[in-house]
Amino acid sequence: MSVITIERKILEKNDEIARQNRARLAEHGILALNMVSSPGSGKTSLIERTLEHLNGKLRIAVIEGDVHTSLDAERIARYRVPVVQIVTQGGCHLDAHLVAEAMAKLDLAHLDLLIIENVGNLVCPANYDLGEAMKVVIISTTEGDDKPLKYPAMFRQAEVLVINKIDLLPYLNCRLDALKQHALQINPALKVFETSCTTGAGIPDWCAWLEAMTRRKSAVPEAPGHGG
Amino acid sequence: MSIARSLLEMIAQYAPANGRARVKVVRLRIGELAGVIPESLRFCFEVASEGTVAQGAELQIEHVPVMSRCTDCRCDFEVEQYAFICPNCDSPNVELISGNELDVIELEVEEEGCP
Repeated sequence: MSVITIERKILEKNDEIARQNRARLAEHGILALNMVSSPGSGKTSLIERTLEHLNGKLRIAVIEGDVHTSLDAERIARYRVPVVQIVTQGGCHLDAHLVAEAMAKLDLAHLDLLIIENVGNLVCPANYDLGEAMKVVIISTTEGDDKPLKYPAMFRQAEVLVINKIDLLPYLNCRLDALKQHALQINPALKVFETSCTTGAGIPDWCAWLEAMTRRKSAVPEAPGHGG
Repeated sequence: MSIARSLLEMIAQYAPANGRARVKVVRLRIGELAGVIPESLRFCFEVASEGTVAQGAELQIEHVPVMSRCTDCRCDFEVEQYAFICPNCDSPNVELISGNELDVIELEVEEEGCP
């Protein structure tokens, strides 16, 4: 019996491609968001509202990750922005290689903001760095206020929390204060937005912040700041 | 499953290429924040390793707790219930020291029939 020492990260191949993606995005001054959530929390709707507000002000492209269909890409294409669909064929998350392939189909020289919609899943996408500047986790009020405690890794890794479907609060048992408190206990640095893609509440605030972040990114190439 | 596949790719790089070698034990270090359920990984590894040099290998998993350091008072502490708040000075300014690990440490390999 012999022992072979390895001491390497299991996902180091993914992480290396993510570094390359991040370098390419930085080279072009593009802000890339990795949008993560459970299925049905409103990622695609939030992207649609964002495009309504910012398309024309910013040059935006969208990468859509989905397990089987291109339905979301069809929704996004109505907004006349470049959109690339990744179908994972059963895969529960996007990885850096899939995103690199999708990025190759985009004209990076003419973009300010790249929105990557991950597969609806709060577990696996936490492990896979795509090369994004930040993870935006979306949670809807219908999911209950304990989700951050159930999926702490994702809430710890995200920089931004969007609490969506706030128009439904009067009909639910979800306690908004408890939801925020749970999320901030795991990650006190989280920037929190409250939105409703149905009524439009909170969307201008989210878009104003996103526009400011994108312009800052375009002006100053940012050092990679991922992890932990 | 893709973590199990990545793990097998790495094992293939290190395990001896001769047909008689068998990987018996794979030692891993997995942090509590990595979001990996050991039983699920074991199941996926069992399925994905069929027909490879690591078929039937045992996964030995070292569990790493979430440890943080307060950037204000510099104390190190174990994070319980995912409350990232310094127990010493109540500061929310804490950095992660451990808990995100997803590492392969070493393999134990048996080469059958070798003198």
